[in-house]
Amino acid sequence: MKKLSARRRHPLAAVVVLLLALAATGGLYAAFAPAGTAKADETAQSLAIEEGKKLYSVGCASCHGTGGQGTSDGPSLVGVGSAAVDFQVGTGRMPAQQPGAQVPKKKVIYTQAEIDQLAAYVASLGAGAITPTEGQYNPAGADAAKGGELFRTNCAQCHNFTGEGGALTYGKYAPSLEGVSPKHLYEAMQTGPQNMPSFPDTTMPEQEKKDIIAYVQAVNGEKADNPGGLSLGGLGPVSEGLFAWVFGLGALIAVAIWVAAHTAKAKKS
Amino acid sequence: MSTQEIPEENLPAGQDTAHGAVKVADNPFVDPGLPPHKPRVQDIDEKAARRSERAVAFMFVLSMLATVGFIASYVIFPVDKIVYIWPFGRVSALNFALGWTLGLALFFIGAGAVHWARTLMSDVEMADERHPMAASPEVKAKVMADFAAGAAESGFGRRKLIRNTLFGALALVPLSGVVLLRDMGPLPEKKLRTTLWAKGKLLINMNTHEPLRPEDVAVGSLTFAMPEGLSEHDHNFQTEIAKAALMIVRIQPEDIKDKRELEWSHEGIVAFSKICTHVGCPISLYEQQTHHVLCPCHQSTFDLSDGARVIFGPAGHALPQLRIGVNDKGFLEAHGDFDEPVGPAFWERG
Amino acid sequence: MSTVTNTQKKAPAGERVADWADGRLGIYTLAKANMRKIFPDHWSFMLGEICLYSFLIIILTGVYLTMFFHPSMNEVEYAGPYVPLQGQLMSEAFNSTMHISFEVRGGLLIRQIHHWAALIFLAGMFVHMMRVFFTGAFRKPREINWLFGFLLFFLGMFTGFTGYSLPDDLLSGTGVRFMQGAILSVPIVGTYLSMFLFGGEFPGGDFVARFYSAHVLLLPGIMLGLVVAHLILVFVHKHTHFAGPGRTNDNVVGMPLLPVYMAKAGGFFFLVFGVIAVIAAIASINPIWAIGPYRPDQVSTGAQPDWYMGFAEGLIRVMPGWEINLWGHTLVLGVMIPLAIFPAVLAVIAVYPFIESWITGDKREHHIAQRPRNAPTRTAFGVAWITAYMVMLVGGGNDLWATHFHLSINSITWFVRIFFFVGPVIAFIVTKRICLGLQRRDKDKVLHGRESGIIKRLPHGEFVEVHEPLSQGELYKLTAHEQYEPAALPPAVDENGVERKIGAMEKLRVKLNKGYYGDDNQVAKPTLEEYKEIQSGHGHH
Repeated sequence: MKKLSARRRHPLAAVVVLLLALAATGGLYAAFAPAGTAKADETAQSLAIEEGKKLYSVGCASCHGTGGQGTSDGPSLVGVGSAAVDFQVGTGRMPAQQPGAQVPKKKVIYTQAEIDQLAAYVASLGAGAITPTEGQYNPAGADAAKGGELFRTNCAQCHNFTGEGGALTYGKYAPSLEGVSPKHLYEAMQTGPQNMPSFPDTTMPEQEKKDIIAYVQAVNGEKADNPGGLSLGGLGPVSEGLFAWVFGLGALIAVAIWVAAHTAKAKKS
Repeated sequence: MSTQEIPEENLPAGQDTAHGAVKVADNPFVDPGLPPHKPRVQDIDEKAARRSERAVAFMFVLSMLATVGFIASYVIFPVDKIVYIWPFGRVSALNFALGWTLGLALFFIGAGAVHWARTLMSDVEMADERHPMAASPEVKAKVMADFAAGAAESGFGRRKLIRNTLFGALALVPLSGVVLLRDMGPLPEKKLRTTLWAKGKLLINMNTHEPLRPEDVAVGSLTFAMPEGLSEHDHNFQTEIAKAALMIVRIQPEDIKDKRELEWSHEGIVAFSKICTHVGCPISLYEQQTHHVLCPCHQSTFDLSDGARVIFGPAGHALPQLRIGVNDKGFLEAHGDFDEPVGPAFWERG
Repeated sequence: MSTVTNTQKKAPAGERVADWADGRLGIYTLAKANMRKIFPDHWSFMLGEICLYSFLIIILTGVYLTMFFHPSMNEVEYAGPYVPLQGQLMSEAFNSTMHISFEVRGGLLIRQIHHWAALIFLAGMFVHMMRVFFTGAFRKPREINWLFGFLLFFLGMFTGFTGYSLPDDLLSGTGVRFMQGAILSVPIVGTYLSMFLFGGEFPGGDFVARFYSAHVLLLPGIMLGLVVAHLILVFVHKHTHFAGPGRTNDNVVGMPLLPVYMAKAGGFFFLVFGVIAVIAAIASINPIWAIGPYRPDQVSTGAQPDWYMGFAEGLIRVMPGWEINLWGHTLVLGVMIPLAIFPAVLAVIAVYPFIESWITGDKREHHIAQRPRNAPTRTAFGVAWITAYMVMLVGGGNDLWATHFHLSINSITWFVRIFFFVGPVIAFIVTKRICLGLQRRDKDKVLHGRESGIIKRLPHGEFVEVHEPLSQGELYKLTAHEQYEPAALPPAVDENGVERKIGAMEKLRVKLNKGYYGDDNQVAKPTLEEYKEIQSGHGHH
């Protein structure tokens, strides 16, 4: 202990402490960051080829198997339908790139034409949910209030009151719905991507999905009204509390410092 | 307790009563007393003082203007007008204008007053002497004597009969108030043990309000149900749904690890209480690949493929399962009520 | 003679009014003692004023809100202007809150001022309490006022809770459900308490009206009384101040109430109100329209209480789910234990002044606000307490930590479980070392003067930094703090050779006292001899 005490004023002490702190932070992060389950797909960056099957064999087969039968790295695609492909590839989730608890949304690397070709190929492997037409998902004229009630019953438990997203177990999460197109919202409800459960038409008819989409568009994103001012991320009391401490109490303490400070004295000439 | 035995020398010496104490040349640690007052610019330069005066008056004028702005905003902006203001987003014009004008009107009164105090009022520091809180021994002696005299005159200590009956009366009288609280609510009885579910009641889809058929419920989907006969317009809807809410998923029968769960399901369709057994949040964050259900309030996690047992978090027991089957018209129905109380645990739960 | 002058020259109107009031209220005697009352200048002494003023703002805006709010749980169909709720069923409480927010002009602003002021009120009380704690301003004669302040904080939390539960929205309803679940966990009487509080089963139709009377009458009434008592005691005790030239334990140095503090404190009220009004103009709080009306079968993720209940939320989230079933009865430890730890942790800080005065055995009055470094053990204890509190706040927001830092919620929960115990220990050790280090630096400064940054080359080539000696005022400031001798047990045998009986409590007290004032727990103040020797000796080093 004495040795340590004696050296703590050494010029390099601060550097050592900083390095230790950084190492500890990094170590802690590594310990707490969710462990990866998906494998990296190195071939994902390959060039696209026109035909769905060719596209598939290059971009998808290494994980999902040459005939879509699935491997240890990816589930079977037999019977998932074209809607699932349109959602997964259309939001950039597929092809998967990075290991992690969940495959995140990324930049889309296929054109819509290529996605349609892929979807057609996967749909040919077995019947499944069909990519919706605009008439199915366009929320124009839908009942946003009814959609709000449905959203609070079926969606808010994972995606938050207005679709800001939320945490699931072991590093998984329900993503934010901000900026998600009506089509993809529809497809997600229809197919239940990754760990999200599906809400098929048998239990949630098409019109109700439209209502939900109308609600999400009314309350989420830049076009949503926030009459009270900054929505603070729509996260509720935690961000409100942080704001009250930092900006509320912070501003008041700054004012208090001014009130209590002594006025500058005249300089002696 | 034993604090009286502390030797005085362990306590530090009292501080010097050194307000304006004579400086001991020998001892630089002695309190030199209040430093002499130094004037501010405003104290010696009348021009600077006038500038401060104008600044204070300016702030008061700004406050007046802001109040005028407040009233103008109140009149001008319709209550439902939404405007886009960077970086706040699409906000209510009225709220934004009223808040700013009211805030500035108040702020400038305060800022003016404080600026006035800081620059123009005297800033000579003054000292108040303190006096000990405790009374002097003479005062204390007088009070004790008065109290003794008063107590003796009352005869409180001498006339024990009066004293004891008074204590008795005072002790009993609050009971009236306690008794009055009885009608705050009913007794618990078996209320927490029963729900609306009963044999033959159909499972009604919360979305469509139609009875559910087994073929409606796909593997990987999530559905919520309430008992037949309950409607959102019923006066007791909130209280009943708080117990009866149901979460329905379909799991491949071979993936169900718990024997009873499989028995109580219909071809892998399982119905569990939606109410968390921890403190009663509606639990429904269903992960369809893992069959885990997470509570959004306190993160209790249940495994729906294994009798909904708790695998993480603060819940103490599994989610109750509702035994279901199919009636002769092909609709899903309950085979009875839950066999245990739903929701948070309580003393009589057992 | 005098009667003649009186009739000839009437006193000015103000004086005559004052005379009238004095004859009935005795205001001159009151003013004599208080009009030129001295208040010391320091920003941290104004934290209490932030609390007082936000409390006043809450009362003012709250009265306005009662004009429009209907504390009723009758179901109505929404027919107001907010489209995404039209036609939805909701309680009258929710409906009237929607009316305040969307149809009453300025109603939204007042609602937001009310709620923001509440968050700031509680945050202000927390910081104010910590200021008093770390400067030892709770010591005699202010222990009772410390308790008043603590009670205000405690009651403030429940006033806030009953307040944000009133709109009967989905978020606060979830909070009320949690409270009901927690009440159910109380052994033997839990179900009875719940039935009586809610007028039957949850949620029933009564709790909004019952919370309302608690929120607008019962709790604020008690708080108002406590605030008045708190302020009277501040006046009676006179404010503490930091030691400095001319500032001793027997006086208070500062500016008089009239005129300076009348203007500063009065002005500060307007400043606080103004800042909160601007915050209410730019930032939304509790947007119930986005949250929706309460239904016991609906929920949203990210369900947290307001920040001051976050500590309790953290406890309940990270507690393992222990439940004991015996003889047909259930002991819900998973809920009961957090429910007991919550007030217990708060009580620790509430009774601390009494524990410290027992350990030190100091029964004298203290009016000097200490520098935290000069009370290392107390400071370390306070930081440890705050650490435990903050760790639980993290626990209360574990889901948001998970999403925003891409962590696993389960790992965060485990982190909080462990750090609730380990964190305070680390904080205690680190803080104490920092305090002692700062004490050593003060000592160096007193003995060697301030480092001037000027490098001088001596004739023989050596470089030295010039140290400037401190002024007498600065020397006094750095050496004014008191230092206690550690307590010691009396000899085992008394003067008559009889073995002395020493109670276990006394042994504990002496041990704790050494923890405060023993070797390694405080740095001895520089003595005059040390100072003189260094000053006269080898010059500037």
